[in-house]
Amino acid sequence: MAFVRLEKTALSYPTRDGEVAALEDADLAVQAGEFTAVVGPSGCGKSTLMRLVTGLRPPTRGHVFVDGREVAGPLKFVGMAFQNATLLPWRTVTQNLLLPLEIVEPHRSKLRREKKAYIEKTEHLLETVGLAGFGAKYPWELSGGMQQRVSLCRALIHEPKLLMLDEPFAALDAFTREELWCVLRDLWEEQRFTVILVTHDLREAVFLADTIHVMSARPGRFLHRHTIDLPRPRDLEICYAPAFVDVVHQLRHQVAGVRR
Amino acid sequence: MRRGVPWETLAPWLVTIGLFVGWEGACRLFAIPSYVLPPPSLVFSEMWVFREALWKNSLVTLWTTVAGFALAVGFGLVLGIAIGWSRTIYAGLYPVMVGFNAVPKVAVVPILVLWFGIGEIPAILTAFLISFFPIVVNVATGLATLEPELEDVLRALGAKKLDIMLKVGIPRSLPYFFGALKVAITLAFVGSVVSETVAANAGVGHLLLSAQANFEVPLVFGGLVALAVLGIGMYAIFAVLERRMAGWAFRSGMNA
Repeated sequence: MAFVRLEKTALSYPTRDGEVAALEDADLAVQAGEFTAVVGPSGCGKSTLMRLVTGLRPPTRGHVFVDGREVAGPLKFVGMAFQNATLLPWRTVTQNLLLPLEIVEPHRSKLRREKKAYIEKTEHLLETVGLAGFGAKYPWELSGGMQQRVSLCRALIHEPKLLMLDEPFAALDAFTREELWCVLRDLWEEQRFTVILVTHDLREAVFLADTIHVMSARPGRFLHRHTIDLPRPRDLEICYAPAFVDVVHQLRHQVAGVRR
Repeated sequence: MRRGVPWETLAPWLVTIGLFVGWEGACRLFAIPSYVLPPPSLVFSEMWVFREALWKNSLVTLWTTVAGFALAVGFGLVLGIAIGWSRTIYAGLYPVMVGFNAVPKVAVVPILVLWFGIGEIPAILTAFLISFFPIVVNVATGLATLEPELEDVLRALGAKKLDIMLKVGIPRSLPYFFGALKVAITLAFVGSVVSETVAANAGVGHLLLSAQANFEVPLVFGGLVALAVLGIGMYAIFAVLERRMAGWAFRSGMNA
């Protein structure tokens, strides 16, 4: 059974102009350990999808299942990262990384006793994203790309089974963005968590994902599903391979079609 | 950068001295009678003569101000957190608070005197009433401007509202809180002095009033100078405290 499953899920928001349907009859299945990307025109309800899957918002109709159970209220283990790094400026990088551990059980009750082991864990994670020795820095001392690396680490420190990413690299320059694709790729290769990546960047989706879903304009539905079987581990060079370019081209065509 | 005279450090001293020199000069040049505007030299010498009375009454004013201010901090924190916590509490209390704040506190003093008699208690309560509002508003603002995404991150980890408040909301509102303290302490001064001028038998406000009644105009100005000095001192203490407690806000560009 799929790790994340949406069945005929709908969500509408009440607004001043009446009900607005953000998501309508959405069906989606994500396998455990799968890297899934969701692309679509802006305003198609991608962020709504994030909030539905994590249980931050209940669906108006239909069902959301995660890990074999129907979601009824916020899940207590999901790692999330957004376009803004949203680090806490009064905490050092290490203290920022400890934040999820101060909340999620069983770490929450063990944190005080095993502080040292946990700090070592943050150091190890920082090393994997190329930030060894940055633990004592404050967020404002880091560049945007570095902050986003820390944000990724914070999403992963408690080893979540599900990672939700909402355009995490959208605010970065092209080179930094590609660097961070590789960081995420390596983290995923190592830990094989389930990822749902919401993005506007089609190359990003093809480079990272196993499966790509194309959403329709509002109200959002899943229209097309692509399986990306480019060999792994993927290198940045692959972005120039004909097979890669073909998929990007096809996706672009579909998203453009949906926008009309 | 050009090195030389550190104008920025000298500026506050130069301006202050300049103000007194200008004042003195104007008094002499236009031969203003000292019962209209006494020159600072006379004010200071008079302050020296009445140093004991000034000192004693300043301490009383300081005490009532700090007591009222402490009440305001406690009450303001609790109310600010309550308002920032829930939109319903916010909706319910805000109009009442704004209306309350609009009432001139000098008009409240007679009621306080009616209830508590002449003395320190009306002064303490006036200081409290006038200074809690900015604390409430700032703490509530700090809590209310929490990034929704950060809240999502924490809620998706299973954080309760209390977790979010303790880990993020309250530390985040600290710069707002300390910023408010600077404003509140000076307001508390205004409150206690206003109350003392209306109904008290001690304090700088009372001293001002009796000096005026005795036509001791230089002493009236002496009292004002004493108040200004106390005000600057208190403001400075809280400005330093703000830097120490919430210095990250200055460096990270999140200014209250």
